[in-house]
Amino acid sequence: MKPAPFDYYEPRTVGETLTLLAQFNETGKLLAGGQSLVPMMNMRLARPAQVIDLNRLSELDYLKVEDGELRIGAMTRQRTLERSVVVREGWPLLQEATRYIGHVQIRNRGTVGGSLAHAFPSAELPVAMTTLNASFVLRSAQKERVVSAQEFFVDVMTTALDSEELLVEARVPRLPTGTGYSFQEVSRRHGDFALAGVAVLLALDTDSKISYARLAFTGPTPIRGAKAEAILLGQKSSETLFREAAQRATEGLEQDSDIHASAEYRRHVCGVLARRACAEAAARATPGASR
Amino acid sequence: MSKQHVRIRINGREYQGEVEPRKLLVDFIRDDLGLTGTHVGCEHGVCGACTIVLNNETVRSCLMFAVQADGAELKTVEGLAPNATELHPLQESFWELHGLQCGFCTPGILLTAEALLKELPDPTDHEIREWISGNLCRCTGYQNIVAAIQDAAKKMEAARKSA
Repeated sequence: MKPAPFDYYEPRTVGETLTLLAQFNETGKLLAGGQSLVPMMNMRLARPAQVIDLNRLSELDYLKVEDGELRIGAMTRQRTLERSVVVREGWPLLQEATRYIGHVQIRNRGTVGGSLAHAFPSAELPVAMTTLNASFVLRSAQKERVVSAQEFFVDVMTTALDSEELLVEARVPRLPTGTGYSFQEVSRRHGDFALAGVAVLLALDTDSKISYARLAFTGPTPIRGAKAEAILLGQKSSETLFREAAQRATEGLEQDSDIHASAEYRRHVCGVLARRACAEAAARATPGASR
Repeated sequence: MSKQHVRIRINGREYQGEVEPRKLLVDFIRDDLGLTGTHVGCEHGVCGACTIVLNNETVRSCLMFAVQADGAELKTVEGLAPNATELHPLQESFWELHGLQCGFCTPGILLTAEALLKELPDPTDHEIREWISGNLCRCTGYQNIVAAIQDAAKKMEAARKSA
């Protein structure tokens, strides 16, 4: 298996990249970590005439905290996120989700921006970013705009990115102090694509009443569990409550059937995982830490 | 597109070549440079046979183009043993404990295991299994691979203590 021939560009700056993108957006492809694009090129499912390689853009490889937000450069490797002490302490959900991505060799090369822009249905980072209420900075040669995760993921492998835009940064707001988290997924083998997955964030007040709840499922695009959040908020944390929230959240939940699993099975597993993830997040939360 | 010049250090030695941009790094290593220790299996990032070390991190060399490695420092399985007469402790343990049968997956597994033991010098069986989850072996059932990595960890720990 060999990719079809292409012209190769290796820009050194974002500015140079955006110029190339404006020129070649109809026939070319941006290459980030290559853990999805290169297999598609090897199998000739993708045959870009031009490849614009982002791997020399060291200016997009960073993790920093600014204005209380975590800012992640699009070319930050997934493994950097996984190993970061800042991420582990402030945004542990991201770290937990990242550890489910493929295998070590994949995460060493795969990037945060690449995973988000690829928007593959079972991918972990889109679900985690949606749960964390993240937003993404999209830049073209003409303008820059910031789009929320919920607006960004439009459909299967389809995002709000215009053809001339580059995702340059993910911004993740700080969570209420003491927020508990959980990311859970089921796949056939470790590192395989998830059949179903869920991310949960819960904060508890001093009476163990839920003061903050966010939940999202894998699906064609990440799906916010707004119904479940409404059920959880203001209630005392309990197994019965989590069961009810999980059940309501998965009623009519949009899931696809394919060779790996039926939509019905996926919905069921989403419910089971949501219940477990709520329990784990509640156990990890520090009651009364947030006000 | 015309060929591009690449210069890559592999196992401490400098190699150069002219490649089409579409040439996969694994094909450059094997076919152009003749370093056939790196195996090529699925060619789409699933089997892990082509695992190499790129700038100190394990990567799949079938998911990179050779042009992307221009200027990089690589290690392949040929660079694992310290010299021509000794083996790396991992290689010794794989040999002694039957950590391979056909050997096709072995180069990738050895390099993955080396990276594992650098990060976790005393891993649990579970940690070993998680780390090698990206390397498929169709012969062994993994039991002896896990045992060999545990054995190598002990050998390396003993060597560190006596050093």
